[in-house]
Amino acid sequence: MLNVGAITEGFVLDHIQAGQSLPLYYDLKLDQLDCCVAIIRNARSNKMGKKDILKVECDIDNLDLDVLGFIDHNITVNIIKGEKIVEKRKLRLPQEIKNVIRCKNPRCITSIEQELDQIFLLTDEKTETYRCKYCEEKYQGRKRVG
Amino acid sequence: MRHLMSPLDLSIEELDKLLTLANDIEKNPEKYSHACEGKKLATCFYEPSTRTRLSFEAAMLNLGGSVLGFSSADSSSAAKGESVSDTIRVISCYADICAMRHPKEGAPLVASQRSGIPVINAGDGGHQHPTQTLTDLLTIRSLKGRLDNLTIGLCGDLKFGRTVHSLIHALIRYPKIKFILISPEELRIPDYIREDVLSRNGVPFQEVERLEDAMADLDILYMTRVQKERFFNEDDYVRMKDFYILDKKKMSLARDDMIVMHPLPRVNEISVEVDDDPRAAYFKQAQYGVYVRMALILTLLEVEVC
Repeated sequence: MLNVGAITEGFVLDHIQAGQSLPLYYDLKLDQLDCCVAIIRNARSNKMGKKDILKVECDIDNLDLDVLGFIDHNITVNIIKGEKIVEKRKLRLPQEIKNVIRCKNPRCITSIEQELDQIFLLTDEKTETYRCKYCEEKYQGRKRVG
Repeated sequence: MRHLMSPLDLSIEELDKLLTLANDIEKNPEKYSHACEGKKLATCFYEPSTRTRLSFEAAMLNLGGSVLGFSSADSSSAAKGESVSDTIRVISCYADICAMRHPKEGAPLVASQRSGIPVINAGDGGHQHPTQTLTDLLTIRSLKGRLDNLTIGLCGDLKFGRTVHSLIHALIRYPKIKFILISPEELRIPDYIREDVLSRNGVPFQEVERLEDAMADLDILYMTRVQKERFFNEDDYVRMKDFYILDKKKMSLARDDMIVMHPLPRVNEISVEVDDDPRAAYFKQAQYGVYVRMALILTLLEVEVC
């Protein structure tokens, strides 16, 4: 068992699907932060069999929880202070996501109108369906930023 | 300030009020003939549409108002690359209300976010055409006396026809609505309407291929045109375009109080011999389109007529 030291102050993203920590690292723009990040892949998990974990030594305010909730709202967010978990933040599917994903409908106004925000609205929580605010096209892609 | 982007923007109560106003306009046109004096309607049509544009213009002229606008993107500043957001900001300085048709889906919504005047979606690509739905609802309520307890046959292109999709969305809000979906296999209603809209809301429906099998059960037959522009393959279009032709023989299978509707233009799907049948309601439907647009303009401009 590999040991990664505890962080003093920051947050830990637990229960990431195995293999998804690196894409998540970029989606959350953690590569742009000047702080210590540990990426743990394929850790043993009773619940998931295998899981990934991200340990980030910076303030939780640097994390866009809406983007994280959109990508995978089953991820656990543990906020660490003084090497202890002080809060577990529950993720939810955001009602609206802005400039995270793009509408792929070529007939949508977002394909030609300059500087228009790409806005998607949660239209069905059960099926986790997001639709473009403008053309109502269902987002079919993977839940990844881009 | 309110806009109209989708027929579902209006609650059932608001819709009822609007349709009642449209019926009053029909009965007392004189009462409303000066209601919008001094007001201007801008018709911003980025793609050609004779019927809808003229219906809007007729509506505003009937109310004593005036109209200005353009009827294709070539004759507007869009040809110079101006955005919809900028265009509507300028139009807001010239007119009191705007009806916008645009080939891009969601363009009228973008306009409404930047507009200083009410914007009416007059059709945005294959997305929404709310004033057609309001026209259909007014026609049904006026000729059948109700919007509930109806069996509606939707016939033809149920796959691409936004008119029938919008009508389904609007009618399932009323009790005891049943649909008979009449189409060839290739043009059946999309899964998301069948499952997410009809099944999920417990709305009874059946799908048939032969028009003759449905005729006797219908209160309303809503015919649609198979649109050439929706097909990639000419052969498929040729095979589908004359799949349904409503004629006197098929009309003989229908009830005496059934009505036939069509958003127009028709091509071959309704034989001209049906036009003289008292159950043919499609030209009345075009007239109701003017009344409902008059009612909509009055409502969005908050003009009260005593």
